[in-house]
Amino acid sequence: MNKTVEKVTARTMPDKEYFFGHKACAGCGGALAVRLAMKVLGDRSYGVLPAGCMAAVGFIYPQMAFNMNAMISTFPGTASMLSGMAVGARALGLGELNVVGFAGDGGTADIGLQALSGAIDRNDDIVYICYDNEAYMNTGIQKSGLTPYGTRTTTTPAGKNLPGSIRPKKRLFEIVAAHGIAYAATASIGYPQDFMNKVAKAKACGGTSFIHVYASCPTGWGSATETAVSIAKDVVDTGLWVLAEYEDGQFIVNKQPKSFASIPDYLGQQGRFRHLTEENIAEITRQRDANWARIRRDWIRD
Amino acid sequence: MSEKMFVSGNDAVALGVRLCRPHVIAAYPITPQTIAVERLSNFVEDGSLESEFMHVESEHSAMSASMGASAIGARTFTATSSQGLLYMAEGLFYAAGGRLPIVMMNANRSLALPWSIYGDLSDSLAVLNSGWIQVYVEDAQEALDMVIQGFKIAEHAEVLCPLMINLDGFVLTHTYELIELPEQDAVDAFLPPFETANKMDLNRPVNMGMSTTPADNLEYKAQQHRAMMRSKSIAQTVNDDFAAAFGRDYGGMVEGYRLGDAEVALVTVGSITGTTRLVVDALREAGLAVGLLKLRYMRPFPEEAVASVAQNVKALGVIDKDISFGHEGTIFTHVNSAVTLNGKAPALVNFIGGMGGRDISKEDIEQMFHCLLDAAKGNAQERVQFVGLGVEIDE
Repeated sequence: MNKTVEKVTARTMPDKEYFFGHKACAGCGGALAVRLAMKVLGDRSYGVLPAGCMAAVGFIYPQMAFNMNAMISTFPGTASMLSGMAVGARALGLGELNVVGFAGDGGTADIGLQALSGAIDRNDDIVYICYDNEAYMNTGIQKSGLTPYGTRTTTTPAGKNLPGSIRPKKRLFEIVAAHGIAYAATASIGYPQDFMNKVAKAKACGGTSFIHVYASCPTGWGSATETAVSIAKDVVDTGLWVLAEYEDGQFIVNKQPKSFASIPDYLGQQGRFRHLTEENIAEITRQRDANWARIRRDWIRD
Repeated sequence: MSEKMFVSGNDAVALGVRLCRPHVIAAYPITPQTIAVERLSNFVEDGSLESEFMHVESEHSAMSASMGASAIGARTFTATSSQGLLYMAEGLFYAAGGRLPIVMMNANRSLALPWSIYGDLSDSLAVLNSGWIQVYVEDAQEALDMVIQGFKIAEHAEVLCPLMINLDGFVLTHTYELIELPEQDAVDAFLPPFETANKMDLNRPVNMGMSTTPADNLEYKAQQHRAMMRSKSIAQTVNDDFAAAFGRDYGGMVEGYRLGDAEVALVTVGSITGTTRLVVDALREAGLAVGLLKLRYMRPFPEEAVASVAQNVKALGVIDKDISFGHEGTIFTHVNSAVTLNGKAPALVNFIGGMGGRDISKEDIEQMFHCLLDAAKGNAQERVQFVGLGVEIDE
């Protein structure tokens, strides 16, 4: 990246709010991700929200909750609508501005993946933020392509025969990186400063950028609202979620825990995992270790 | 001086689009629309058109990107056909509800299954309820002229509805005809730059495309309907202004041909009109009182014009290059509904043909007129007839 990006700190973070008066649940990680990102992106922004939680809680006529230009897109159409805005703005000569999308895990990794791929392929100047609460929450907690192994959802019930969801999360960050995207990162609302600095880099990269931010959902996860941020920190500390960037064609791991925090402690705080057996937890641990072995081998340079 | 050119229907559309100076073109290739978007990308490359050409990865994204561009105030064009039109169906309703005046070319083509790249009207008639103004043209010149008129109608502050220009696949898209290319200055004078209050603005941020509760939804839909109804008179004004500026008058929502003392008439949409016109002339020569009503718009539907023609004939036939399975041809349904405005109806016959590119010949049309003339004498006819059906249906 050729631009030097100024760091966001508690001191430099603007007070102005861009997302308030909405009807999100208490402890909503998605709403927090939008709020923090918009503080970095600022006034000259156009937002696109697909028909998911943030659209459902933010655009109920006549109570409009976005304090900047914003629009609901079709569910599969976040990235394509962003592209149209970015390209239209260029054609109209509107100058420097940000076009940002906030879509959930299902809206991004499942139904929105084709449009996202097209936007990255064109290198349209957009910021795409996927807030990942690991299931279709707006429709009532159904499994998505980013629901992790062993999750109880309303379409992956846990019972005698199955431990809930039986597939690992799609490696969305790597799918995006494989396009040769200008900038991509993973983040978590448990590490807000890291997230905001990544938004600042995304804004400055001059092409398509993508941030995959882990965003707790107390309602869908069966966790206490006051743990929304701490759980999002725990998931990184357990090694189940990796903070990383893809920049100039290279992967960078931002945080390599020397020793991992307890996986059972992380899972135990959430109703969606409470059914898991020791065997299931051993499988989750095995998947984490295999993932880190791969990352250490392929991404970490001396 | 306007220039004469020998071009295909697809070329004519591309030339019309260039004259309208859109900011954004987002399109995905599909037969038989491809040449239109190839020409447009050539124009962008050679600098004769200062537009952003977006290589979208699907028709769904073509419409979604068009909505994004239109929502910030960009004049936007797209083009599709058949399966592609259905793939963007979600966006069609969305763009119309958002009151985004996107203009689109649709190359009318059959729908799978069975697969067929050839023409009929199944695609556009399947999305009649999407809130798009639908124009059907008869030749390449009309296609070009309707692109210019289309932007003017769609972008009118009292309308703000997207508009679809339909060309019969291959028959119009790939047939070469002599056209007159209007001068850029004249088009600029006729079609000023796109201005709208219905857009996002950095100085006046807005939230668009919102949800409603049941308390507000009907009011949105009713306003959308009224805007579409208003577009009838606006399309007429635009037609008349265009005729004054460029010397070509398409009549308006419909065009009647030799209807004056006609005893029976055929209702046509699109390129079949040209063939029907020739048959009308031949039968008139033979002393038969036949006429033709060409519907230029299917949305808004020119029901008053249809009713007024129906009032003066004893039998009215409708050619449908489509079928609504389990009922009848879609255009026929519309004509049936319109004639109820009169309180009494002439004899009505629906001719279903031309599916998947099958030719409707002059002889076929002659037979239709004879069937109508027989009906005019009070003889009963089969209400829905398949033209040239090759299989026996044993029932």
